[in-house]
Amino acid sequence: MYLTLTDSNAQPYQAYAYTGGKAFDAQKPTVVFIHGVLNDHSVWILQTRYLAHHGFNVLAVDLPGHCKSGGDAPASVEEAAQFVAQLLDAAGVQKAALVGHSWGSLIALETASQLKERITHLALVGTAFPMKVSPMLLDASLNDPSKAIEMINVFSRATLSAPPSALGPGTWVYGAARALNRRVLASNPKVNVFHRGFKACDDYANGLNALNAVTCPVLFLLGQQDQMTTPKAAQSLIDAAKAQGKNFSVVKVPMGHHQMNESPEETLAALKQFLT
Amino acid sequence: MPGYNDPSFDTLALHAGATPDPTTGARAVPIHLTTSFVFESSDHAAALFNLERAGHVYSRISNPTNAVLEQRVAALEGGIGAIATASGQAALHLSIATLMGAGSHIVASTALYGGSHNLLHYTLSRFGIETTFVKPNDIDAWRAAVRPNTKLFFGETVGNPGLDVLDIPTLSHIAHEAGVPLLVDSTLTSPYLMKPFDHGADLVYHSATKFLSGHGTVIGGIVVDGGSFDWEKSGKFPELTQSYEGFHNMVFSEESTVGAFLLRARREGLRDFGACMSPHSAWLILQGIETLPLRMERHMSNTEKVVQFLASHPMVSRVGHPLIESHPSRALAEKLLRFGARGAGSVFSFDIAGSRAQGRAFIEALKLFSHLANVGDCRSLVIHPASTTHFRMSDDALQSAGIGPGTIRLSIGLEDPDDLIEDLKRALKAAEKAAS
Repeated sequence: MYLTLTDSNAQPYQAYAYTGGKAFDAQKPTVVFIHGVLNDHSVWILQTRYLAHHGFNVLAVDLPGHCKSGGDAPASVEEAAQFVAQLLDAAGVQKAALVGHSWGSLIALETASQLKERITHLALVGTAFPMKVSPMLLDASLNDPSKAIEMINVFSRATLSAPPSALGPGTWVYGAARALNRRVLASNPKVNVFHRGFKACDDYANGLNALNAVTCPVLFLLGQQDQMTTPKAAQSLIDAAKAQGKNFSVVKVPMGHHQMNESPEETLAALKQFLT
Repeated sequence: MPGYNDPSFDTLALHAGATPDPTTGARAVPIHLTTSFVFESSDHAAALFNLERAGHVYSRISNPTNAVLEQRVAALEGGIGAIATASGQAALHLSIATLMGAGSHIVASTALYGGSHNLLHYTLSRFGIETTFVKPNDIDAWRAAVRPNTKLFFGETVGNPGLDVLDIPTLSHIAHEAGVPLLVDSTLTSPYLMKPFDHGADLVYHSATKFLSGHGTVIGGIVVDGGSFDWEKSGKFPELTQSYEGFHNMVFSEESTVGAFLLRARREGLRDFGACMSPHSAWLILQGIETLPLRMERHMSNTEKVVQFLASHPMVSRVGHPLIESHPSRALAEKLLRFGARGAGSVFSFDIAGSRAQGRAFIEALKLFSHLANVGDCRSLVIHPASTTHFRMSDDALQSAGIGPGTIRLSIGLEDPDDLIEDLKRALKAAEKAAS
C-alpha cells in the first residue's frame, strides 16, 4: 500500500509498504520490516507473507528514494528513523514491532530508541555496531557500483546451494540478489543510493546510546558465516544489552548475510518465536 | 563456505545448486522420484500453497532434483532462477503463455528451429497470438514490425542451421524501447559459448536435450529469467503487475521486484499446462552439464577441423559457419561469442555442389555420422533440413531461413576428428559418383 508522507522540505511523496498479500488492518499487531542497502521490501517476502496470514499486519517498506517509494533517499540512520516514525503515524499505528536487516537494523534500533514504548519488539538481523564499511567498498559503491555489487554479493553469500527461497525452488539467490541490487540502484536516477546507504552505515555513531534507550525485548538474529556483518561485529551491542540488563536473545542461523533467503525457514522460526 | 571468490563457469557447472545430501551424505545429486512431499502440519500445507513458506508440494510444480538443475543453469547463465520443462518447446510455450494471451503479437527471427516456427506460425495463431517474422540481421524490419500489441521479441543466439548470429545488443535495445522483453533460444551456443543476459537479453531458454545434456539420452527444456526486465515500468504486462484471481489474487511484481515472470510461470504455467520435467531427466541433464565445458571445447576444435576440410573440398559449394570469413555473421560472432567465430557452435550447414540425388547419396554413404533429427549429441549427426526438420516451411520461408534444397546440416560430435573427416570424404566421393 502507499502512504502519503512529507520530506524534509514539507513536500508530499508516496511511500510504499508491502502488506504481505493481506489488507492492512490497524487493529492487528503490526510488524515493520526495514531492508538494507540496495535492497527493497521484496527481500522479506517469505517472512512477511507468513506473518500477514498469521495474525499480524506487516509493513515491509521501500525506504524513500528506493524502488516504489518516492522522496529523498535517507542520508543518515537518523533521517531514515524519522521516516519510519512518520510512516507509523500515517498508517495510524500506535505500537509496532520493528525488524531490520543490515542497514535496516540500525534504522530499526534508532527508531526504537526514539519511539520508546511505541516499539514492542526489536529484531536486529545481520547487525553490527559500528557498521564500518571498508574504504575500498565505499569508494567502489560510488565510482564503480557494478564492481561493488559483485563484491557485496560474494561477501554476502555463504552457499552455492540455497534451500528453496523467495521465488520458490529453482531460485539462484546469488543472481537474484545481484539483479535486485541493480534494479534498486537504477530506480533512483538522482542519487546513488548504494553509496548513500553505505555512508549512512559507516557514519552512524549512536548505536550504544540508542540501545540504552530501547525499552522493548531485542532479538539479535545473526548469520554464522556472515562476512558483511560478522557475528563478532554484533558483539558490542550484545555486550551492551547484557550490561544494561536488557531483555534480549541471540539466534545464529547457519548461513551468511542474507538470512532471509539463504535461511528462510530458520529466520521465520526465530521471528515467530520472538514476536509471539 | 566463507571466503570463496566469485565462482567461475567450470566450478558452477559442477557445484551450483548442490551440496552433499544432508541426510545420506550422497555426493552426487540424488534423484527424487516422488510425486509429492509430506506436509509437517495443516498450517505448513496452507503456507506452502500460499507462498508463505518455500518448499516442495508436488513434482509438477517443483522437485528437489529439478531445483538443482534450475539453480545450476541459472548460475551458468547469470540469471535469477529457472524453470525446467518437459522439452525445449515446452520452455518456449511456457515463456509465451506466461507473458500474453489472445490478441497479442510477437516479432521473431526467420532463422528459427522448424518446431519453433511451427508453434509461432501455425499453432499460436490458432489461439489468437500472431507473429511477424523478420530476417535476423534486418534491424529496421524488427523496429518496423512492432505493433501496439507486441509483447515479445524472439530469436536464436545463432540461427538454425545458417548460424546467423543474433545482434542481441541492438535488438534488446529496440525491444526495450518498445517496452517488451527479448527472449532468446540459446540451445546451439549453450551458456559456455554465449551468455545472452550479458548482451541485453531478458529471458533465455534451452532445449536441454542438446548440448546441456550432451549425450542424446533425454528430452528436456529450461527457461531462465535474467531479472532485468522491469514489467511495471513497461506497463504492457498486466499478467505480472495486476492482481491475479487465479493465484491468491497475487500481484507477482509486488511479491518479487525482479522475479515476477518466474513466479507466474511456475505457479500458473507449470500448474495448469503441466509440461514439467521428470526428475530422472533433470538428473541426466545435470550429469551432462558437469562436463559441458570439456565437451564444448572438443565440439569446437572438431568443428574447426571439419569446416576447414569441407571448405577446401570441390564437391562443397558453401559452408555456413562464421569460421568462414565470408559468412554474413562473421563480425557479430567475433563481437558477441565468448570464443569469437570459433565459438559459433558445432551445428552448421553446407551445400553439396550437385543434385538432390547426390545429396541423398552423401547422407546414405556416411557411416559414423548418424542420420537423425537431433543436434548437440556427443556423436556426430547429419540431416537434410528441407525434407525433415523444416519440412513444413514454404520455399520462401526456407530461403529466408538460409536453407536450400541441397543443404545438409551437420552436428559435429566428440569422435576423433580424423575419423569424421574420413567419413565425410568417403560420402562426398559417393555423392560425386552419384552424378553419373
